[in-house]
Amino acid sequence: MSLLEISDLKLAIGPVPILHGIDLRLEPGRVLGIIGESGSGKSMTALSIMRLLPASATVSGTIRLDGADLLQKSERDMCAIRGRDVGMVFQEPMTALDPLKTIGDQVAETIWVHGKMNRRDALAEADRVLERVGLPAAQFPRTRFPHELSGGQRQRVVIASAIALRPKLLIADEPTTALDVTTQARILELLKRLVAEDGMGLIFITHDLAVVAGLADDVVVMRHGEVVESGATREVFRALAHPYTRQLFEASAHVPPRDPSLPGGEPVLTVDGLVRDYRVPPQRLFGPAGAFRAVDNVSLTIERGENVGLVGESGSGKSTLARAIMALETAQAGSIRIDGVPLDGRDLKTRRKLQVVFQDPYGSFDPRQRVDTLVTEPFHLLGTDAPRGAERRRRIDAALTNVGLAPSDAEKYIHEFSGGQRQRIAIARALIIEPSLIILDEAVSALDVSIRAQILDLLAELSDRLAISYLFISHDLSVVRSITDRVLVMKSGKIVESGPTAEVFANPQHPYTRDLLAATPSLERALAE
Amino acid sequence: MADAGIASIDLPRGSLLRAALRSPSFVAGAIVTLLFVGIALLSFVWTPYDFAAQDIPNKLHAPTAAHWFGTDQYGRDVFSQILVGARTSLAVALIAVTVGVGVGVPLGLWAAARRGTLLDETIMRLNDLVFAFPALLIAILITAVFGPSATNAVIAIGIFNIPVFARLSRAAALSIWTRDFILAARVAGKGATRISLEHILPNILNTLVVQITIQFSLGILAEAALAYVGLGAQPPTPSWGKMLADSQTLISLAPHLAIIPGVAIVLTVLGLNLMGDGLRDIFDPRLQRSRQ
Amino acid sequence: MSTYLLGRLGSLVISLLVASIVIFLILEVVPGDPAQFMLGMNAQPDTLAALREQLGLDQPAFSRYVTWLFGMLHGDLGISYTYKTPVTELVLQRLGVSLPLAVLSLSLTILIAFPAGILAAAKRNSRTDFAVMGVTQFGVAVPNFWFAILLVWVFAVILHWFSAGGFPGWDKGLWIGLRSLILPAIALALPQASILARVMRSALLDTLEEDYIRSARARGLSQRATLWRHAVRNALIPVLTIVGLQFAFLLAGAIIIENVFFLPGLGRLIFQGITQRDLIVVKSVVMLLVFAVILVNFLVDLSYIAVDPRLRRR
Repeated sequence: MSLLEISDLKLAIGPVPILHGIDLRLEPGRVLGIIGESGSGKSMTALSIMRLLPASATVSGTIRLDGADLLQKSERDMCAIRGRDVGMVFQEPMTALDPLKTIGDQVAETIWVHGKMNRRDALAEADRVLERVGLPAAQFPRTRFPHELSGGQRQRVVIASAIALRPKLLIADEPTTALDVTTQARILELLKRLVAEDGMGLIFITHDLAVVAGLADDVVVMRHGEVVESGATREVFRALAHPYTRQLFEASAHVPPRDPSLPGGEPVLTVDGLVRDYRVPPQRLFGPAGAFRAVDNVSLTIERGENVGLVGESGSGKSTLARAIMALETAQAGSIRIDGVPLDGRDLKTRRKLQVVFQDPYGSFDPRQRVDTLVTEPFHLLGTDAPRGAERRRRIDAALTNVGLAPSDAEKYIHEFSGGQRQRIAIARALIIEPSLIILDEAVSALDVSIRAQILDLLAELSDRLAISYLFISHDLSVVRSITDRVLVMKSGKIVESGPTAEVFANPQHPYTRDLLAATPSLERALAE
Repeated sequence: MADAGIASIDLPRGSLLRAALRSPSFVAGAIVTLLFVGIALLSFVWTPYDFAAQDIPNKLHAPTAAHWFGTDQYGRDVFSQILVGARTSLAVALIAVTVGVGVGVPLGLWAAARRGTLLDETIMRLNDLVFAFPALLIAILITAVFGPSATNAVIAIGIFNIPVFARLSRAAALSIWTRDFILAARVAGKGATRISLEHILPNILNTLVVQITIQFSLGILAEAALAYVGLGAQPPTPSWGKMLADSQTLISLAPHLAIIPGVAIVLTVLGLNLMGDGLRDIFDPRLQRSRQ
Repeated sequence: MSTYLLGRLGSLVISLLVASIVIFLILEVVPGDPAQFMLGMNAQPDTLAALREQLGLDQPAFSRYVTWLFGMLHGDLGISYTYKTPVTELVLQRLGVSLPLAVLSLSLTILIAFPAGILAAAKRNSRTDFAVMGVTQFGVAVPNFWFAILLVWVFAVILHWFSAGGFPGWDKGLWIGLRSLILPAIALALPQASILARVMRSALLDTLEEDYIRSARARGLSQRATLWRHAVRNALIPVLTIVGLQFAFLLAGAIIIENVFFLPGLGRLIFQGITQRDLIVVKSVVMLLVFAVILVNFLVDLSYIAVDPRLRRR
């Protein structure tokens, strides 16, 4: 008898069908990876097992845990099963804990709510569980509140509360997606260790093939509420029997074609000795205000047509550096030149050759404006030189056509477009004033892999054809590797390593770069093992 | 994405009316509100009797065919007074809301544009201070010096509305300021004022519209209360609050005098609140998601 | 925590100072000559001179303000022009009615609103929820003074359960005094309780959407346990803010309700002050009421510390 056996699971929310007959099975002590893009129904499958679905959901089929069908259980029975037999870890560690309760309370809650111990003993037991997940009481007493911990530490608390009663099954829904790569690596280590120690089954849900390849024994590939392929991880990834699996696999490892003729010549962006300090409120009352140096004496150059990657974890200062280059923040020292012209935050003329594309395709457009108004926003930088009438029309058409959209799309509102299309519009907005440099701030991070591959192709093509340079900021090393010529590695406000992308990836010099590369999940490495 | 008939918070106003007409509370509220607005407008051209005409022999009549809502202690027609009283109520509330929006929203937008600065802090502290003076206390202070009048009631309620709208528009604006499209506008070189007008204001209008209906209803309640204690409209101008004050000692003789103006107030306020609730539901992004 | 506390305390003091300046300016500078204003146009020159001297009007405005301020710090609010007695005495006497009324109605508001709001949120979209929402929808729309008039009509005029108004005084016994405050407190509390119940419900529904609620459910907590253990406390933060604001409305409402029931409280005192142009009384009572509102909001800020650990570290 399997630990978990789902057969013909169907789910609809209101009138909308979400799952169309899911079958999967998991044995104790094994890790099952569920892969899928957004809208594939992978999270809803997990919530169906927990029976934590929205009130308007209707479910059919069977979900057998140790032979007993969970879909037939009463809500009272489910309360007894959740936390005791099945634990769950969610994606967003920053919001998954009650901000008003101590971490000890929240771990102990799992223990006493199932009547295993009284509250005092449960708190003592919580100490032991927190120690197991790497939060020893000496450094992380259980009286801490969630806001006193980092994202990775909070995720450990969430894991502790999920495994406190050593459940038979643990479900982890994108538990590391919101974390930095090195933190992700440590959390994955922890999950592996817990599976080995407790012999529980783990369902690991993710969009990232490389993570699954390194972790899961078996894998299920989902699309549009259906299982398209399942089997042992290595076999599925080696055979790539199903076209969709192959498509996902290729998109994940996609390298856009580039014009090999070296970019070069004159510098487009020159940053020299840039410093950005933040004031820190005093620690003590009437104490001195501190300063935090987010960008510490950074110099860099980008040549025409060159694609430069800037990588680093959260807090490394890469976003601050980008904001300073965009004149959104004032630097305390140093200079920035674009096409040889010193950047002056107040003088719009000096900013005409610089544009930006942001991460979130949903948040980067004013929902109340039409696409033609949206993409022509940068014309403000041109002041009285801004094109009008037919010329304006022509420039809108050209920009939309360049990114693969139709000129008629100018009449629409942004909600009529998908995430990938919105990112194309964002690129069109950047292109419309014919910049020399576009800063791509995590511009493909929020996209599904297949869409991401298309956008990367578009970016590579535009760079070659229009001789545009990119500063490509990302936490995702595999993307940076695929599209950039040169890479800069940033840590604690400093650039610790730079060089041609291939060289840095093949032969990293700085220990931090080595750590980053080692922590980054890699498909090839996982499959080669 | 949503089908075209569903208005989302991120949707232009085109399909909004259709969504609104599907909300029962909005429709009910709008009908009642329009009824009272109509009554107020009607009173300019027609009332069954002269609202101030006394007819002592026919005083304190219960509702009859001749006097639909009866007569008061001077034999004046209550129905006519209710009609004209609607005018006072709505006018005071309308002007007070206009004052609140006119001063409060620019202040809030300004504070949000300069968030974290001394200016922001000063504006917000002053707002807190005004909150410590309920409209009634402001009215008392003004009246103590200038004597009672409807104008003073308007000023008092208007001043009270300013921090309400300043706080609300600041909070709403702050959440818009964090969105990426504002960064895009800043990269395009747009200044704080231009961004506030082009991007912030259109995006907080929904929130403001909901609050306007709420403050309008609170304005009507406040006007009635001020008139009741004699700090509002002065005789002979009829006002619902004043009518209630006069009815109090006559309640065992002529209960209709106490009931009718009260029901008028409750219905008007209820209508506005229902409309506000309906609008809030229509604009609520969470409800949108569940409808999509 | 000390930073937060001192910050709040500082803003309390500054608010009180600015409020006192505003009140002083409106009542003592705007009318021109307060003595002339208080006595009316056809006052005798010698009474006018006497009042001027009593008010210290020969002094510049600034020093009069400072005198008033320091007087207040010592509990000296001046001498009432009409009653010829110290305002402090008058105010203390009237507080004996107004303070119990405010406390009674605020407690009643919370006692009604919290259970109603929690019940409606716990049974969202049920018949109970619709009933609570329907009743409160009306409660919000009812002017408290009209509700008071109706209460008097039903319970005093028709049923004779309570007296129609007036206050016998506390020396007649606690229950007799309390009895005359019951109707006024209900009239004040029900509309405010309606507002607060709706706020409580929507704050709870907001918190029930949070991720940590889902985490708690995944640990095996039932819906009800999640509500009590996690949602209520988190919802309390926005609700407390509203309670603070409501106190101002309760005070203002009390002034009006005292008129309906002929209660000899601060409200009556202030209206007598206005009709008799006794600016000294008006000034003192308004200042006292503003002080009460600011103080309560300060206490609300303090209560955040008890609720929210994120504030304790600052």
